[in-house]
Amino acid sequence: MTWAQVFTSSVGKKITMALTGVFLILFLIVHVGVNACIWFNDGGEVFNRAANFLGENVVPRILEIGLFLFFILHIVQGLMLEVQNRSKRSIGYAVSYGNRGSRWYSRSMGLLGTLILLFLIIHLADFWVPSRFTHMSEVQLSDGKNVHNLYSLMQARFQNPFIVIIYVLGCISLAYHLAHGFTSSFRTLGVHNKRYIAMLRSLGYAFAIIVPLVFAMMPVSFYMGWVK
Amino acid sequence: MEHYNMNLTLKVWRQKNSQEKGKFETHRVENISSEMSFLEMFDVLNEKLISEGKDPIAFDHDCREGICGMCSMYINGKPHGPWKGNTVCQLHMRAFKDGDTIVVEPWRANAFPVIKDLVVDRSAFDRIIQAGGFISVNTGNAVDANAIPVEKDNADKAFAAAACIGCGACVAACKNSSAMLFVSAKVSHLALLPQGDPERKSRVLAMVHQMDKEGFGACTFTEACEATCPKEISVTNIARLNQEYFRASLAADK
Ligand code: HEM
Ligand code: SF4
Ligand code: FES
Repeated sequence: MTWAQVFTSSVGKKITMALTGVFLILFLIVHVGVNACIWFNDGGEVFNRAANFLGENVVPRILEIGLFLFFILHIVQGLMLEVQNRSKRSIGYAVSYGNRGSRWYSRSMGLLGTLILLFLIIHLADFWVPSRFTHMSEVQLSDGKNVHNLYSLMQARFQNPFIVIIYVLGCISLAYHLAHGFTSSFRTLGVHNKRYIAMLRSLGYAFAIIVPLVFAMMPVSFYMGWVK
Repeated sequence: MEHYNMNLTLKVWRQKNSQEKGKFETHRVENISSEMSFLEMFDVLNEKLISEGKDPIAFDHDCREGICGMCSMYINGKPHGPWKGNTVCQLHMRAFKDGDTIVVEPWRANAFPVIKDLVVDRSAFDRIIQAGGFISVNTGNAVDANAIPVEKDNADKAFAAAACIGCGACVAACKNSSAMLFVSAKVSHLALLPQGDPERKSRVLAMVHQMDKEGFGACTFTEACEATCPKEISVTNIARLNQEYFRASLAADK
């Protein structure tokens, strides 16, 4: 059994999806934590400090490269699996199976993932590209340090109602993707103990609701003027 | 329950052989008793077709008591029809009412090519079993059945997994045409018993390899298989297969 044989088998491909998926879940925790700093409502002082800390230090920058690789692996493998799985039934049914015992979002992971991908492209172009590659307006923190003013960029971006709507839709896609993906990834990794599955299922639904909801509240908060 | 008779319209998939293109054919059946089984209703229709000098509709069946796994019809969008935990042969006409139109299709999956009408070739399952769904024992005197103790809990789980009749409804229901429920039932059945332990690792690797080779898709845990399985095999077995595979593949020497 070579490594190549393991990871090109149907189960091995799913192991890749699950490992990268769990990594992306961990990333979301950090991401939502840092961004929640906008609600200190201090003109972005704490948020800018946290965001720039991640941008400047070696460890987060190395993790960022890993994050990109894992994202790409997850996306490429996910889309390939979707195409391969679809190709296994050339002649379809006249009457479709429907929802018995199965939820629509569990059968739509490829579609939900593609929506997240489209959102991700817009999202990176909005914030990551300006922060890394172009000159961004800077702001002085209370300790005299000059940092990129990501906060004012967010504030400006989220004055546009269409952008706010796109972000909210992106978060909804993420919520459904996670509603299935969270538990599924642990099952893919072999967790079959009833106690843990019950626990992971509750945890998965909670995560899938809370994290995207907190994300979605960010553009909404700026748009509504709840944070200034 | 009250007995009643019904008239029905059937839309049935007809296909001469694996090469030719098939199409739906519409048939009327009359005076069908609510106490007939679905297959008996097809018997009535076939008698009529034969007496009219037409080709009867080919469908698979053997035991007609829900234990052999031969019957295989996709009825109104559900493998084995509308009842849960049930095979087509045990589906009774009281599941329908007078005037209903029923659409009957064969299992659809490239790994299960249509042989004729509603009959599909499920020998892919046999080859998966041949690849590893067995235990090797020396011939000679039969060993006493209770010589090796088995923990009750594991015995129950193994028994539940062993209930799989290899019908292929899980593949038919799955959007990925995945055979994971079937393969996981077989892998779990043997992995949970001491008799299956010696070949535990080689078995799971060989069976997954054969499953992929036969052209079944990958599992995405939609759980449609479990809801459709006549023996209500649990998807928990799939997670167990994943664990078995994970261990066997990562712990392999080469
Ligand atoms: C932050 C973003 C994302 C997170 C946290 C995430 C998380 C996950 C998780 C945990 C799974 C379950 C893996 C399993 O069932 O074993 C999964 C599956 C999947 N993801 Fe994502 N994902 C993200 C973005 C994407 C994107 C951008 C795409 C693609 C275009 C995508 C496509 C898929 C597909 C197709 C599956 C189904 C694979 C399968 O179940 O076989 N995901 N994702
Ligand atoms: S797992 Fe269930 S549906 Fe699949 S082959 Fe076995 S009995 Fe049939
Ligand atoms: S004919 Fe044997 S299970 Fe239906």
